[in-house]
Amino acid sequence: MIKLEVKNLYKIFGSTPHKVLEMLKKGKSKKEILKETDHGIGVSNASFAVEEGEIFVVMGLSGSGKSTLIRCLNRLIEPTSGVVYIDNEDITKCDKAQLREVRRKKIGMVFQNFALLPHRSIEENVAFGLEIQGVGIDERNKKALESLELVGLKGYEKSMPSELSGGMQQRVGLARALATNPDILLMDEAFSALDPLIRKDMQDELLALQSKMQKTIIFITHDLDEALKIGDRIAIMKDGEIVQIGSPEEILKHPANDYVKEFVQDVNRVKVVTASSIMKKVDTIVYSKDGARIAVRRMKEANLSSVFVVDKQRKLKGIVTIEDTMELIKANKDDLSEIIDSDINEVSPDVLIGDIIPLFINSRYPVVVVDEERKILGIIFKVSVLAGIMGGGEEDD
Amino acid sequence: MIRLPLGFYVEKGVDWLTNNLDGFFGGIKYAIESIINGFEFVYVSVPFVIMLILIAVLAYFTAGKRTAIFAVFGCLLIKSIELWQMTMKTFALVTTATLIALIIGLPLGIWMSRSDRLNKVMRPILDFMQTMPAFVYLIPAVYFFDLGPVPGAVATIIFAMPPIVRLTSLGIRQVPSDVIEASRAFGATPKQMLFKVQIPLAMPTILAGLNQTIMLSLSMVVISAMIGSGGLGDVVLKGISQMKIGDGFEGGLAVVILAMILDRVTQSIGKPKNLSGGRK
Ligand SMILES: Nc1ncnc2c1ncn2[C@@H]1O[C@H](COP(=O)(O)OP(=O)(O)O)[C@@H](O)[C@H]1O
Ligand SMILES: [Mg+2]
Repeated sequence: MIKLEVKNLYKIFGSTPHKVLEMLKKGKSKKEILKETDHGIGVSNASFAVEEGEIFVVMGLSGSGKSTLIRCLNRLIEPTSGVVYIDNEDITKCDKAQLREVRRKKIGMVFQNFALLPHRSIEENVAFGLEIQGVGIDERNKKALESLELVGLKGYEKSMPSELSGGMQQRVGLARALATNPDILLMDEAFSALDPLIRKDMQDELLALQSKMQKTIIFITHDLDEALKIGDRIAIMKDGEIVQIGSPEEILKHPANDYVKEFVQDVNRVKVVTASSIMKKVDTIVYSKDGARIAVRRMKEANLSSVFVVDKQRKLKGIVTIEDTMELIKANKDDLSEIIDSDINEVSPDVLIGDIIPLFINSRYPVVVVDEERKILGIIFKVSVLAGIMGGGEEDD
Repeated sequence: MIRLPLGFYVEKGVDWLTNNLDGFFGGIKYAIESIINGFEFVYVSVPFVIMLILIAVLAYFTAGKRTAIFAVFGCLLIKSIELWQMTMKTFALVTTATLIALIIGLPLGIWMSRSDRLNKVMRPILDFMQTMPAFVYLIPAVYFFDLGPVPGAVATIIFAMPPIVRLTSLGIRQVPSDVIEASRAFGATPKQMLFKVQIPLAMPTILAGLNQTIMLSLSMVVISAMIGSGGLGDVVLKGISQMKIGDGFEGGLAVVILAMILDRVTQSIGKPKNLSGGRK
């Protein structure tokens, strides 16, 4: 279900934005407009839809319009033109009171510089949204406490913001946004001000929280690694326009233009590309009931030195080598079960390359990709891992 | 060169005001007089010892041990030179002037912080109010309110109001924009924003304005003895005009003690408490 949808959104900064909008729609470039009219283009013709429960990342360099875009969603910045739907309600048509209601009930926001109230305790900060809604002190403190517990800050209720480290302050920011239990979280470079290690922790924690809560999250970042890590889908912005929207892998594999290509060039693919995108189809397998002779023939036909063995339901049992199988035949036996080596590495399709590489160290066999029922989906050879890291897109599923 | 009859027009204008708004000024005069008398009655009728204890406790809990000790000795000194009643009279004037300056100045400062246009208009006016020599206000005050404590209070209010207006506006304007934005994002109404975010965060600056307003009031209250407001200013003035240096000195000393206590106490309000004595 679509939770939030943006259609043809424009934001032009200056005294006569609508005049400039016409120029922009007639095809003038941002630079030309800036030269002729001294108006700034914040967002230009942005359209996208975010599914419920999705983490939608907006990425771009500084000044590309990310903050402007996210602020148009709750009208902290008034869009010049275009519509924003939340739960099929057009936010741009709301009057002041309706808009406040949307901000109070449906949207929580987390800011780059935390924006905590320095004169209030942590508890009072987290309860702020509820206080604004007129919730009584006991109930709002109870909810604030729950929210603080969620972000791992139990016991800090009475501290003041200035007594906390940056990472902890941002946890408070997150707790404050969660306390009103909104469906949508807007996070504008929420982790950008933090140290790399703390930042990584926060990313992990956000993902863990998200798997529990299933919020719809719009997450802004200028860091591609962060975008790839937490985004279900990513929109890449340049000069106020969205130049590409896609899953992390789509963006890595098929950059829409040179701008995106340059962006993703030096990304750490090890952390992004998954087993499913580099695995090969298995053409040759042997059923355990087939026996040694058939196994040898299959291997010879396909020019293999080993072959995977599955049971009737195609569930993985292990692997047999051609040498062992020949030995078996020499000994006049046919039952494969006594030579099956079940010591092989299995991974699920969404495992990252980075986690697959170490598996090759102690194993001479390829890695097998299996589904939840241990049915073989594909196999990964050492060379395909290398190709995946280098960005060779020779495999398209 | 033609001489502009500026003074003439001012006189005419003031005449018109006194003739046509007599009832209005009468009402104001009555109101201010009642407030001054009320405060004076309270301050004077509370026995000295109790007043002393109250002052000491207040000083202790706002500004700490040292100020409390200083306040006690200061008050005892004033009492022993028999100027306590005069000091309380002056204090009543200061309290009245400050209170009215606050009642007018705070909303004005808040309004100024929200309207750039009003801010533009008010700033030169405030500058003007503050840079005019203090006793210039005495003349129109006398014109509208006769002699006595009321014109003194009015002149004092005008003279002492700029800091509270200016610093209220400044304090609110200085509240970080990201905090304001966060409050908006959570759906705060303008009123909630003002009372839950802007004023609390501007409070240190507003209190600095209050301190300045009180200090200016005190200085003006002394000057306004020239138009018969009474109190310590009167003591100093008599000392000067009758060449009684000793009396003048005693009056001056009482003013200084009152000023120091008020300054220390109001400077410390809203700051972290420091009860162990000594200033940071
Ligand atoms: N209030 C404003 N007035 C004028 N121009 C603005 C304003 N806010 C942002 N801009 C301009 O809009 C563009 C996008 O800014 P912003 O959304 O802050 O980018 P980002 O968050 O991606 O760094 C920039 O060129 C910026 O200068
Ligand atoms: Mg930004």
